[in-house]
Amino acid sequence: MTAERGWVWMYGVAGDDLGALADGMAGVGGGPPRTITAAGLTAIVGDVGDREYGEVALRRNLEDLDWLARTARAHHAVLAAAAERGPVVPMRLATLFASDAGVTDTLQDRAGDFRRALSVISARSEWGVKAYAVKPADPVADPGRLASGPGAAYLQRRRAELSASSDARSEALASAQAVYAELGRLAASARLYPPQAPDLAGPSAPMVLNAAYLVSDDQATEFTAAVSELAARHRSVQLALTGPWPAYSFAGQGDGPGPR
Amino acid sequence: MTGPAYEPALQGERIALVDLLDRVLAGGAVIAGDITLSIAEVDLVRVSLRALVTSISGLMEAMDDSREHS
Repeated sequence: MTAERGWVWMYGVAGDDLGALADGMAGVGGGPPRTITAAGLTAIVGDVGDREYGEVALRRNLEDLDWLARTARAHHAVLAAAAERGPVVPMRLATLFASDAGVTDTLQDRAGDFRRALSVISARSEWGVKAYAVKPADPVADPGRLASGPGAAYLQRRRAELSASSDARSEALASAQAVYAELGRLAASARLYPPQAPDLAGPSAPMVLNAAYLVSDDQATEFTAAVSELAARHRSVQLALTGPWPAYSFAGQGDGPGPR
Repeated sequence: MTGPAYEPALQGERIALVDLLDRVLAGGAVIAGDITLSIAEVDLVRVSLRALVTSISGLMEAMDDSREHS
C-alpha cells in the first residue's frame, strides 16, 4: 500500500518573530500547524491529504456546507491563535502547495508584498460592523380619512405601509452611510462586503451595511465605544459589531494594501 | 507582547459562519499556490450554496469595493 499523497495547506504569513506555535492545536484536516521560515518570514502551514484536499476532492468538498464550515473554522482557529502573538497575513481559504519548497519559493518571491502587508496590519486588528434596517412601526390608521368599503380601506392601509417601509428604508440607508463614514475616521482602512441575506444574518431585517475596518489596537476601545454611540444615535438601524478578527480583509488582495 | 484576544479565543460564542465565509472566501491574501481557489471555483461555491450562503454572492463586487476603499 502506498502512502497517500500530501499537500501543504498555507494559513498565513508572519514575520520572523512569531515563535513556537501552541502545542496540541488541530488545524485543517486535523493535523497540527507547523512553520516554514524563509526570507525573514514565517509561513504557518499544515499537512493535508490528497483524498480530501487534492484538486478534485477540494472542488467537490467546497460544495458541501458542513465541510466548508469545518474547514473555514479550522483555518480561522489557527490564524486567530497566531494573530494573538503578532501580525499575521491570512491566506485566502484553500491555498495549497505540493511541497514545502513551493512555500519557500513564495516567501522569497513575494517577500516585499508580505512585508508591506505585515507593516499595514501590525498592531492593528479588523473589526466588522453590520447594520440592519429596523422595521417601521405599523402606520396608525387615521379614522377620519378611512375610505368606505373593505377594499378601499385595505388599499389605503397597504399604501401607508408601503410608504412607511420605503421611508424607513431610505432612512436606514442614510444612517448606514453616516455610520460607515464616521467609523472610517477611527480606522486606518475600510472595506465593504456585500450585504448578507436576511435569513442567514440573524435578525430578520434587511442588512444595509456589511463593513470591515482596520483599527489600531490602542484605539479599539474608542472604536467600540463609537459603535455603541452611533447605535444610540441612529435608531433606523440596528448595529452589530464583530471582532477583533485577524486582518482577513486587509491582507493586500491584489493591488496592495494601504490606507485610503 | 500579547495582542488582542481574537475571536473565538476568549469569546465563548461561536462566530457566525456567514461572517467567517465573507472573510476567508473574499478576503485573505491571494497568491499562486499549486492549488488555489480560482474566481470560477469561488463562484461555483457561490452558486452551489446560494440557497444557504447568499452572503458570498457578489464576490466580484466585494473585490471591486476593496480596490475602491483600500
